[in-house]
Amino acid sequence: MMSRYLRLFAVQLRLSASAGMAYRGDFLLEGLMSIGWLLVTLLPLYVLYSERDAVGGWSLPEALVVLAYFTGVKGVLEGIVSPSFVDLVERIRTGAFDYVLLKPLDAQAMISVSRFEPWKMFDVLGALVIVVYAFVKLGYAPSLPDIGLGIVLFVAGVLAMYSLWILCAAAAFWVVRLDNLTFLLGAIFDTARWPVTIFPRAWRIIFTFVIPLAVMTTYPAQALLGKLRAETALGVCGGTVALLVLSRLVWRKAIRSYTSASS
Amino acid sequence: MSQLSRTVRAIPTLLRIGVAETVAYRAEFLVWLLVTTLPLVMLALWSSVASEAPFRGFESKDFVAYYLSGLIVRNVTGSWVGWQISEEIRMGTMAMRLLRPLHPYVAFAASHVAAIPFRLVVALPVAVILLLSSGASALTREPAQLALLAPSLAFGWMINFNLVFILGTISFWATKTMALMNVYFALFSLFSGYLLPIQLLPSVIGEVAEVLPFRYGFSAPLELMTRHLDGEQLALLVGGQIGWVAVTLVAALWLWRAGVRRFEAVGG
Repeated sequence: MMSRYLRLFAVQLRLSASAGMAYRGDFLLEGLMSIGWLLVTLLPLYVLYSERDAVGGWSLPEALVVLAYFTGVKGVLEGIVSPSFVDLVERIRTGAFDYVLLKPLDAQAMISVSRFEPWKMFDVLGALVIVVYAFVKLGYAPSLPDIGLGIVLFVAGVLAMYSLWILCAAAAFWVVRLDNLTFLLGAIFDTARWPVTIFPRAWRIIFTFVIPLAVMTTYPAQALLGKLRAETALGVCGGTVALLVLSRLVWRKAIRSYTSASS
Repeated sequence: MSQLSRTVRAIPTLLRIGVAETVAYRAEFLVWLLVTTLPLVMLALWSSVASEAPFRGFESKDFVAYYLSGLIVRNVTGSWVGWQISEEIRMGTMAMRLLRPLHPYVAFAASHVAAIPFRLVVALPVAVILLLSSGASALTREPAQLALLAPSLAFGWMINFNLVFILGTISFWATKTMALMNVYFALFSLFSGYLLPIQLLPSVIGEVAEVLPFRYGFSAPLELMTRHLDGEQLALLVGGQIGWVAVTLVAALWLWRAGVRRFEAVGG
């Protein structure tokens, strides 16, 4: 059963990659765009730290690690999840979602990998460059367990964000025209490039428990820096699993209320 | 002359349609409103940073005034016409629009103007909050600047509308314009003062911002509200706005003409 899903994943990836390569000009343009955006996101950080040595307990290299996590999670999301989401909204609107439901595979799995944007890998590469640069500036290398935990929490962060997307996708079954929900989610996620402790207390609580942005970037960065307490790491993983389960439940409920737009 | 009077007579109907459209897509509109309120996050961040010690002359209250005013300006002057044009070209519905005896520029502009009262639903409470907050003391009290605020907002609206309109017309030539929209937004956030007050940007970027239209579309009314400007600065700012309104209008209409000529309706 599992191998069928892996095969599906591989086929979709190949199709998207060849579709992407068909527009080589776009590929290049998007790559340049990713780098350009990265520089734009670095600017406020640069301005802030040109005046201060540390903000909210974070030095510049440490804040750069958070930014790297932000860029990495964003790259994965915009490369896989959000194009698929746009695809889903379009299918619900036109009624083509019927065909997805007819296939002998889980609809959520089908829809989650329905489209890729391969050029977003530039973002992930950029993230790696920033991490290396940050640790060169810090003057030490992270220990192996810290790297391991950092990677685990990166996956947890991606999954947490993925769950939020699925929740939004479920909303599209009730309110059909919600294309710009992607903008909202993207814009909210944009805050995650700052360490959560820079914000005033009320915002910190919102970004940890209501919209778990801290889970996606701040805590993983602390893990990589070797500053995360074990119980917080467990809490992050537990919270992610809870979110995944919740999104799955809501998705199933939403699918049941799907009334086809076609025929 | 009859062409003009026909256009003028159509405007009330167009406005009514615009209102109906906004009401019909209220969920979308609500989401869009939430997106535009996000600079509040930046406000929280910078005012918290400045509360320890002033940041290059910006105190906490200056940031409060800047970002809340920015919210109002963005709300009133923001534009999404480029996305509409690009979508209509892609789907082929542009053909319908071209059949109507009315320049699409007027039709699009009217539908945007009709949404402004709805946007005020957000902008007005923000304005009240601004006047009650600590930011109120950082607002200008110069009568000249206050008098120029309304025209400056109108000019800003026109510049933004024209720029995004120009972006939309590029869809006549290129098929995938999403990337272009992203480039535009990146340039806009950087050079308009949307991300950070222009005075805080590194000086090179600040100088580039002086000669680009983005600052005149967004930051100009904002600076009228929050900065003390002498006569010369004031003249440069508002004069620059008028200049950019003219340039962008001519460019938008010219590109539209050139684009329509090579338009082949997709999907019939």
